[in-house]
Amino acid sequence: MTFLIKGETETWEVVIGLEVHAQVTSEAKLFSGAPTYFGADPNSQVSFVDAGMPGMLPVINEICVEQAVRTGLGLKAQINNRSVFSRKNYFYADLPQGYQISQFDLPIVGKGTIVLDMPDGVSREIGIERLHLEQDAGKSIHDLHPSKTFIDLNRSGVALMEIVSDPDMRSPEEAGAYLRKLRSILRYLGTCNGNMDEGSMRCDANVSVRPQGEEGLRTRCEIKNVNSIRFVMQAIEYEARRHVDVYESGGEISQETRQYDSNNGETRSMRSKEMAHDYRYFPDPDLLPLVFDDDYVASIKATLPELPDEKKERFISEYGLTAYDAGVLVVERETSVYFEDVAKDRDPKAAANWVISNLFGALNKMGISITDSPITADNLGKLIDLITDNTISGRIAKDVFEIMLEEGKGPDAIVEEKGLKQITDTGPIEDAIGQVMADNPGKVEEYRGGKDKLIGWFVGQVMKQTGGKANPGKLNELLQKKLAP
Amino acid sequence: MSLDDATVRKIAHLARISVAEKDIAPLAKELSGIMDWIEQLQEVDTSAVEPMTGGADMMLNWRKDAVTDGGHTDKVLANAPESHEGFFGVPKVIE
Amino acid sequence: MTELTQLTLSEARDGLRKGDFSAVELTQAHIKSMETNRDLNVFITEVPGLAIERAKEADHNRSHGKAGALEGLPLGIKDLFCTEGILTTAASHILDGFTPPYESTVTANLKAAGAITLGKTNLDEFAMGSSNESSYYGAAHNPWKRKGDPRYLVPGGSSGGSAAAVAAHTCLGAIGTDTGGSIRQPASFCGVVGMKPTYGRCSRWGVVAFSSSLDQAGPMTRTVRDSAILLAVMAGHDAKDSTSADMPVPDFEAALSGDIKGLRIGLPCEYRPDGLNSDIAALWDKGVGWLKDAGAEVVDISLPHTKYALPTYYIVAPAEASANLARYDGVRFGLRIEGESLDDMYAKTRAAGFGAEVKRRILIGTYALSAGYYDAYYLKAQKVRQLIHQDFVSAFENVDAILTPTTPSSAFPIGENSDDPISMYLNDVFTVPASLAGIPGISIPAGLSSDGLPLGLQLLSKRWDEETLFRVAGVLEEAAGFSGLSIGGEG
Repeated sequence: MTFLIKGETETWEVVIGLEVHAQVTSEAKLFSGAPTYFGADPNSQVSFVDAGMPGMLPVINEICVEQAVRTGLGLKAQINNRSVFSRKNYFYADLPQGYQISQFDLPIVGKGTIVLDMPDGVSREIGIERLHLEQDAGKSIHDLHPSKTFIDLNRSGVALMEIVSDPDMRSPEEAGAYLRKLRSILRYLGTCNGNMDEGSMRCDANVSVRPQGEEGLRTRCEIKNVNSIRFVMQAIEYEARRHVDVYESGGEISQETRQYDSNNGETRSMRSKEMAHDYRYFPDPDLLPLVFDDDYVASIKATLPELPDEKKERFISEYGLTAYDAGVLVVERETSVYFEDVAKDRDPKAAANWVISNLFGALNKMGISITDSPITADNLGKLIDLITDNTISGRIAKDVFEIMLEEGKGPDAIVEEKGLKQITDTGPIEDAIGQVMADNPGKVEEYRGGKDKLIGWFVGQVMKQTGGKANPGKLNELLQKKLAP
Repeated sequence: MSLDDATVRKIAHLARISVAEKDIAPLAKELSGIMDWIEQLQEVDTSAVEPMTGGADMMLNWRKDAVTDGGHTDKVLANAPESHEGFFGVPKVIE
Repeated sequence: MTELTQLTLSEARDGLRKGDFSAVELTQAHIKSMETNRDLNVFITEVPGLAIERAKEADHNRSHGKAGALEGLPLGIKDLFCTEGILTTAASHILDGFTPPYESTVTANLKAAGAITLGKTNLDEFAMGSSNESSYYGAAHNPWKRKGDPRYLVPGGSSGGSAAAVAAHTCLGAIGTDTGGSIRQPASFCGVVGMKPTYGRCSRWGVVAFSSSLDQAGPMTRTVRDSAILLAVMAGHDAKDSTSADMPVPDFEAALSGDIKGLRIGLPCEYRPDGLNSDIAALWDKGVGWLKDAGAEVVDISLPHTKYALPTYYIVAPAEASANLARYDGVRFGLRIEGESLDDMYAKTRAAGFGAEVKRRILIGTYALSAGYYDAYYLKAQKVRQLIHQDFVSAFENVDAILTPTTPSSAFPIGENSDDPISMYLNDVFTVPASLAGIPGISIPAGLSSDGLPLGLQLLSKRWDEETLFRVAGVLEEAAGFSGLSIGGEG
């Protein structure tokens, strides 16, 4: 499936590279002991180091190193046992030191890959160029005062992993799939919570276009700090079309930094960042090179959980699930765990079906995650068992499911309480059939006269008569007998 | 290495130091003189040399991940030329 | 009471131990000296009230048997060290009003040992300079004057205030910082002992940063013994400074054995250029004689890359400074000049707040790091620096210490050198190489020039070997028999 823009003169393709800034999950910041949690009072989580006070010095947090290596391993990337911190120099009000401690020519993680699961079942491999550690900046708040900007440095110094992809993506959908997959991997690893709405994962999209078939890359623009996957996809589409319009009207694209406005769906140039930055990178003399050995990396590798791609493969081979179903179940680790609990010693396809088709929809509507599900995996499994051993019908099970959602009780209790056990005995079903036939002689005539399709109507009526509890198979068998001329 | 006026203006902007027009040329001359004197470094053959990092015989100190700091907003703001309700105040930035 | 200011730091320490006088008496005498020497402009901030309070505490501690290594001894602190609750300016307008809510590790160590802060001493702005003339608070003055010449002379820099304060007996000792010679050179100009330890020996946490890979704190005193006593308290690993070495601190005072028999001392030929000041050349020869008399072996050595040390330094230091001084922007502390926009505020604040030399160095540094120039300048300089370091490593395979002059001249009149930056930079020609290599160095006052001004001799040793340095310095000091200024600052 290719995404192409049909212009007046050409058919254009889009070239997309994504830079993701992921906040490292840690108690304290990258180079100071101030806390990292979200939502505190302004400037209450600030060390003098984070505030760039005179004489202050950075000391590296060991967990941040570990999380970066862990993430690199999760991206199947090269781990660099020796890396260097560099100063990236520029002036901005939320950058107290006047430079950001980052990594430049020797990052902690090198090349890796992410596999995208596209909806048409195709897998695409996207290259990762590098991952490096750097400080986050503080926050500038522009709308609290007419002529002033307010600065909160709580976020200043929080550890970020900057993950840079190769310009391998060719559509907004692929960009979306990339972000979803990356987020999934980070959450599996526990190295970043991926909450874009909180700002713990931010995306800069680099977009350019070229006529289909043209080699080489044209000028790109960078859309900065988009904070939802949906907006990233929209922004990319808008920007690509903008480039096409410019080229087709004979213009040139100038390299720019742009911002996405979700209100009108457009990107616009960021004035303050127009001048090309000269960051004057040099190794930070307050820090020594970051060095660790292969044993260190191996010890982290040993703690890695089964990652989404491997888990998906295993779900397909071990449980016989479709690629689609397996893909859906592994996006969140918690979901995959839930599923496996339900599937244990049961029909995995039934388990998958209930989780995907019934549970997901319900949880989405309630706006809660699977960890807060009122139906435990254990109870959902029990519900499936009740169907399997014919205690209740599939139809009734759906009702029980709804009650379980509301009341959080186990299925056995509900079936007992509400007397929902399936009727399999011949007697009561025959009685019900007899009643319906007696009440509807005309329909019986029609059926016996050749209107076979009326069987469905009869099934429905008998079901109603039994309060929905008749075993469908038994019902059908007896009905056929009784209706036969 | 001679610095022209345009270069001095560019560096002064990178360094966020405003330099009066009348001072640009004299400053260019002064800085050029210093850079000319520094040019002699090019005489040295450094093809087989690694750059020095200060403290070559030391290992980077790794800190434990624990909250040991923060929670002193008043001290952080104590020297601020302008602050409002816990924030630093600066002229409005338009992005 | 004025004799109290004639004591050395170790004599005062012993006197307090014996109960000959109290810390309050000792401190009051120095406060008086600080007042009578105001014309020297060596203190930016005086804190006599706090000092007396601390002195009372010191006497109390001593009477309860809890005296620290420096209990009750009044010191001067270079105004580059952040001192909690006390104005800290780095001699710059841009730090107007800055009162740190934290204490530097080095001064905290001194406090913990019972030392008393008399005040913050004057310096070149942001430690950039060799004459203390660039201070926003005016030039500091050398208490020494040329015979028959009434003009004030520079005390050297950047730790000019500390050097002069010690020389004029306004404190028992002082602390400074040395980046390219900023302790050793003023020590030489003022006739006191100035010591720069190995890079990483003292913590840089809380020291206003100039050039991170070069800055080092060190003691400035009237004797070598005093220097050893102070350094022992200042030094030590600090987990808050990633460049601070996790090395044990030796007993430096115990290193003053007075015995240097069999030690090999090197004389680098590159430190005797044509046209070397004849007084200094003569003093160096005398120094050689003293060491030989004491049983040391003196050999000629070569440090081939010496002449590239100054240009190397004047790329590396300004480059690092250009980034270290970016935080002075009017947002969170210090001077702010209002502007129409954020950038305008930055540009106006920094233009008004920084002096000419600081601006020059920031611009040089910014240029050297800018796109297209990094390889040719910063990277190149760091490679030449490696060669300079290698020169010393090779030399120390053959000798235990190196003897050189400290400065190419004696102190000069205020205003004489301020026009040409490069001629000012040349003051550090003998001190800069050791800074680049990270090795320790000490300057001892060894004699007088023909116009009656102090001249210093410098000793260098390999990294972490301050003990050898103190050992040889002690012998040299004894042999030189230099007498400093008597009370009142007349030579």
